[in-house]
Amino acid sequence: MKDDTNGIPRTVPIQSATFSNPVNAEIRRAAATGIYDIRGGGAKRKLPHFDDLLFLGASISRYPLEGYREKCETSVTLGTRFAKNPIQLDIPITIAGMSFGALSGPAKEALGRGATLAGTSTTTGDGGMTDEERGHSDKLVYQYLPSRYGMNPDDLRRADAIEIVVGQGAKPGGGGMLLGQKISDRVAEMRNLPKGIDQRSACRHPDWTGPDDLEIKILELREITGWRVPIYIKVGGARPYFDTTLAVKAGADVVVLDGMQGGTAATQDVFIEHVGQPIIACIREAVRALQDLGMHREVQLVVSGGIRTGADVAKAMAMGADAVAIGTAALIALGDNDPKWEAEYNALGTTAGAYDDWHEGNDPAGITTQDPDLMARLDPVEGGRRLNNYLKVMTLEAQTIARACGKNHLHNLEPEDLCAVTLEAAAMAKIPLAGTNWYPGCEKE
Amino acid sequence: MQTIDLQDTGLRSLNQMLHDQAETTNQTVWEIDNPKGAHAIACGLDAPIEVVVKGSTGYYCAGMNKEATVRIKGSAGPGVAENMMSGSVIIDGDASQYAGATGHGGLLVIKGNASSRCGISMKGIDIVVHGNIGHMSAFMAQSGNLVVCGDAGEALGDSLYEARLFVRGSVKSLGADCVEKEMRPEHLEILRDLLERGECNAKAEEFRRYGSARKLYNFNIDNAY
Repeated sequence: MKDDTNGIPRTVPIQSATFSNPVNAEIRRAAATGIYDIRGGGAKRKLPHFDDLLFLGASISRYPLEGYREKCETSVTLGTRFAKNPIQLDIPITIAGMSFGALSGPAKEALGRGATLAGTSTTTGDGGMTDEERGHSDKLVYQYLPSRYGMNPDDLRRADAIEIVVGQGAKPGGGGMLLGQKISDRVAEMRNLPKGIDQRSACRHPDWTGPDDLEIKILELREITGWRVPIYIKVGGARPYFDTTLAVKAGADVVVLDGMQGGTAATQDVFIEHVGQPIIACIREAVRALQDLGMHREVQLVVSGGIRTGADVAKAMAMGADAVAIGTAALIALGDNDPKWEAEYNALGTTAGAYDDWHEGNDPAGITTQDPDLMARLDPVEGGRRLNNYLKVMTLEAQTIARACGKNHLHNLEPEDLCAVTLEAAAMAKIPLAGTNWYPGCEKE
Repeated sequence: MQTIDLQDTGLRSLNQMLHDQAETTNQTVWEIDNPKGAHAIACGLDAPIEVVVKGSTGYYCAGMNKEATVRIKGSAGPGVAENMMSGSVIIDGDASQYAGATGHGGLLVIKGNASSRCGISMKGIDIVVHGNIGHMSAFMAQSGNLVVCGDAGEALGDSLYEARLFVRGSVKSLGADCVEKEMRPEHLEILRDLLERGECNAKAEEFRRYGSARKLYNFNIDNAY
């Protein structure tokens, strides 16, 4: 580049890595509006993730299974510790909690249909249980949240499991907000609030404050449900060793651990991007807590937060998880952020793949909305078929990897099957760096 | 009348016996002796029976109650009648924290004092407290009525939605978006009915009414702290 007036070479303009164009745009937006950015989804920043781990596969010392003919089991039983009726799943991939209100009725129905076809469970969310969700979900986990919107003993008793939500990966320590645009008559009635007002979900439970109280709360829920159904405790990826320890001591049957890549219906962008830990940093710590208590596999561990493929499933299970949960990926399978709606995404000032204003209720795909015209775009039967297909593919992928590692059940995958391709991933996942038998913090060379 | 000694019978057996009562049961009156502060007594009831607990209870007594009348002849621990749907719970003594939390319906009567967060996130329950209530009571209360014959602690009705609060004594402070409102004839009528059902002799005219200013109903950055 030259100075136009005298032809002398000049310094090339350099964009600041610190004050990048997106950062500057956000400063200008904040200055213009005085409001922080609220959005849906999980952390978008690049983080150490399952992609930074690889399977070693078989070798002379590891005997592989034939890819298509030899059995590789995928079933999992959740809630074996205290519940009379643990949940039996055909595959270790469950559907994470997402609320009716944040999602449309047809979207919740599609999730139930797909999960049922695949032989797995789906989960309610903040806002209560709907009949279409219960009716189309063979196995339904009922979330017990701080807001207690729609909470009632009849739904507790018709649930197959109860998930006490202490936190979620997108916002550990934060509550939620369903903006008034999405508060239809039905949503308002279920939540016992006027139509059209913003509905806040509290950040902590109203009637217990610590692990000792939680133990008694679990006792109450078990008494109400006759000790039949498993009780899960869901925590965000904050302090996984201590949270898992306390959840087990409080009496959980299952611990659900959600990393910061896990999505939310709506919260502040600053919360999503700056609070919590990546899921690969959490899994081994939670497993260590279970092992220290002698409870690994007796209390099951379900992990979530950025699970996309069968490889992710296999890696999570190799690190010690019993099952995984998917949320964002399930919505994408239904049609969320599909490029076929690109013109409408453009009209909303975004593009397919980046649309995250789920809280505004204008979702062109008809999933994160209560607008009747938009909702009608999602056929729940077709959505269920797509989700089932996706779950099948993930399962087949995970089986492919497990067989290559010589494992006849996904649960037989182990940390020894893995290596890490970055130092960061090695340190966080406590998996040896590729080509070594060492990871940061490990005493071995 | 069925008389159960909790120490002999155990919590699980007691609650299962109570849960097994159908709408048409003729075993309509139950007395529970020796509660000794046990937790989760008579939670999840779902029949029009009367349960009298002869002593003080621990956490979550009568939690999620439907249809039943539960009388506690002592004081109640935290979360009494939490998430109650219908029926009534009457406590002769005091109630600890979170009394009536998230209750959707029914009537909770506390003849002594209630601690902090009484009626937190209430969703339609009616609560009558003969004595005082502690701080942060009726926090995020959505609907229903809270009647306090004594004084209210700090931050009453913080982030209140549509619940009505009636206080006869002093209010140490009001929470965010909670304001005193005019007591109109229809409110006096509601209050008289609640006082009568709550077995309280106070006069409705002695109370003041508090409710939401409705300024926090839609997100506005100027309301952020």
